[in-house]
Amino acid sequence: MVRKLTGVLATLLVTSFVIFGASYAAPGDPVTFLAGGKENLTPEYLAAVRAQYHLDDPFLVQFGRWLGDAVTGDLGRSTQYNDQVGDLLAARLPSTLGLVAYAAVLFVVFGIALGVLAAVRGGRTDAAVVAGTTFATSVPPFVVATVLISLFGVRLGWFPVMGGGSLWHLTLPAVTLALGALAIISRVTRQAMVEQRELDHVTVARASGLSERLIVVRHVFRGALGPIVTMCGLVTAGMLAGTVTVETAFGLSGIGSLLVNAINTHDFPVTQAVLLLMVTAYIVVTTLVELVQPLIDPRARRRT
Amino acid sequence: MTAVATLSPRPVRPLGYLLAAAFLALVVVGAVCAPLVTPFEPDAVDFGASLAPVSPEHLLGADQSGRDLLTRILYGARTSLVGPLLLLAIASALGVALGTLAAWHRGWVDAVVSRVTDVMYAFPGLLFVVLILAVFGNGMTTAVIALGLAYAPTIAKYTRSVALAECGKPYIDAYRVQGMGGLAICVRHLVPNMGRSIVGYLVVLFGEGLMSLATLSFLGFGAQPPSSDWGLMVKEGQPAIVQGAFLPVLVPGAAIALVVVSFNVIGVRLADRMGVRGI
Repeated sequence: MVRKLTGVLATLLVTSFVIFGASYAAPGDPVTFLAGGKENLTPEYLAAVRAQYHLDDPFLVQFGRWLGDAVTGDLGRSTQYNDQVGDLLAARLPSTLGLVAYAAVLFVVFGIALGVLAAVRGGRTDAAVVAGTTFATSVPPFVVATVLISLFGVRLGWFPVMGGGSLWHLTLPAVTLALGALAIISRVTRQAMVEQRELDHVTVARASGLSERLIVVRHVFRGALGPIVTMCGLVTAGMLAGTVTVETAFGLSGIGSLLVNAINTHDFPVTQAVLLLMVTAYIVVTTLVELVQPLIDPRARRRT
Repeated sequence: MTAVATLSPRPVRPLGYLLAAAFLALVVVGAVCAPLVTPFEPDAVDFGASLAPVSPEHLLGADQSGRDLLTRILYGARTSLVGPLLLLAIASALGVALGTLAAWHRGWVDAVVSRVTDVMYAFPGLLFVVLILAVFGNGMTTAVIALGLAYAPTIAKYTRSVALAECGKPYIDAYRVQGMGGLAICVRHLVPNMGRSIVGYLVVLFGEGLMSLATLSFLGFGAQPPSSDWGLMVKEGQPAIVQGAFLPVLVPGAAIALVVVSFNVIGVRLADRMGVRGI
């Protein structure tokens, strides 16, 4: 437990170091890079940037200060908007989290349902689910987004095409974000259920005359729950990165589209902050999933 | 982007495999002979044909600037297919070398390789690539190199697992007893013997690489106008959707989807045949 946590902290430290150190890998002087590569920079402005990033200190001291500031919520100032980066993130985070939550509900409900259906029914249903999910993972999200906008947004007019805010606006983006995840979850569910069904305790349950329904719910699904929950957690953690494409495709204003804009306008403080946030969230959620595992699956408790 | 193509319950029927292979062959031939196939230039602007629907003249319609979509798709296939090829070349050169090294030396080399891999895996999705692009600037070359670096750990991991199994075979010991050096055994015997399974794995990765590269172009980080890279075509076609013209996004979108599906169908079949497990 303690070992795992120190490992996670070490990974966080190294990744933040990579994100911080990246500005030094850029060609040219880090000052001009951090200032956003603009033309005609006054010496006063460059001095201000130098002071803000403590560029005159030794490298490791700079990193320590930057990390200390980031942990206390001071992420610097955007070179593009001239706002505090923290404020920019705070303003846009709710819509991104809403989108991820909506997508998570969709893929958990439909993904597990499809997986169970494929495992229980078998035959043609199974083949259809497998073929459908294979296809779903072969279409990149931005293509799905444009197809959904064309069909349901413009042709049929059921959903608004641009803008955000309401649940209605978020439906098409959430479906896009959920599609790939749904395919993975249904496949994992199907696989886990099929493996469980062949175990002895299920045969015993069947021999003792339990109804098929009860066997599936109480024995097969219960036993398969471990890998399913783990995968749901991992996929949700990765979704924050997926919002980069989806928000850009639907013109939503969240941290994903903030990252794309920041890169295209050479706004490095914002880029660093969004990357740091996404990577931290990803590492934290994947760790939580691992810690929760023994609570769901008593068999995992014994092993550790 | 998560890993694509797991094992299907039954071997894929040859019909799907043949269709996929035929489609890919068609795309490649079309891309190579593009100037012979269409009378248009990919950048030839013709505002008279703006957003033209499907017609005998424009078989797949035209975009906002009246550029023929079929022509752009065929020329775009060049960048959209060569890009993933190059990035896989970079990734497999690095990945196979590192994976073989890790499996051969074990010990600290193995530990260092797996630590570096862990750090790269800590960045979800394409974020590692995005960081590199943020630092070195947008563009197709940077995108291909960055993706090549990002894919290297995946290939290294796979190579390592294959190489570990291969190193346990008696022929390796036989060469060693004959006094052959480690490097010579690896380069002349170990790597060539792993070739089949690595190539099978690369076919599966190709589809994913194509999707990643197209996604980067869509976000504006990869190919830049006036290139007719498929991802960029979707990006540029987006404003026309609201006007009710779907062809400029649907044609390149369908091209990406069909090519990726084809590669996955072929990849799954190769994997089945050679006993390679897609991750």
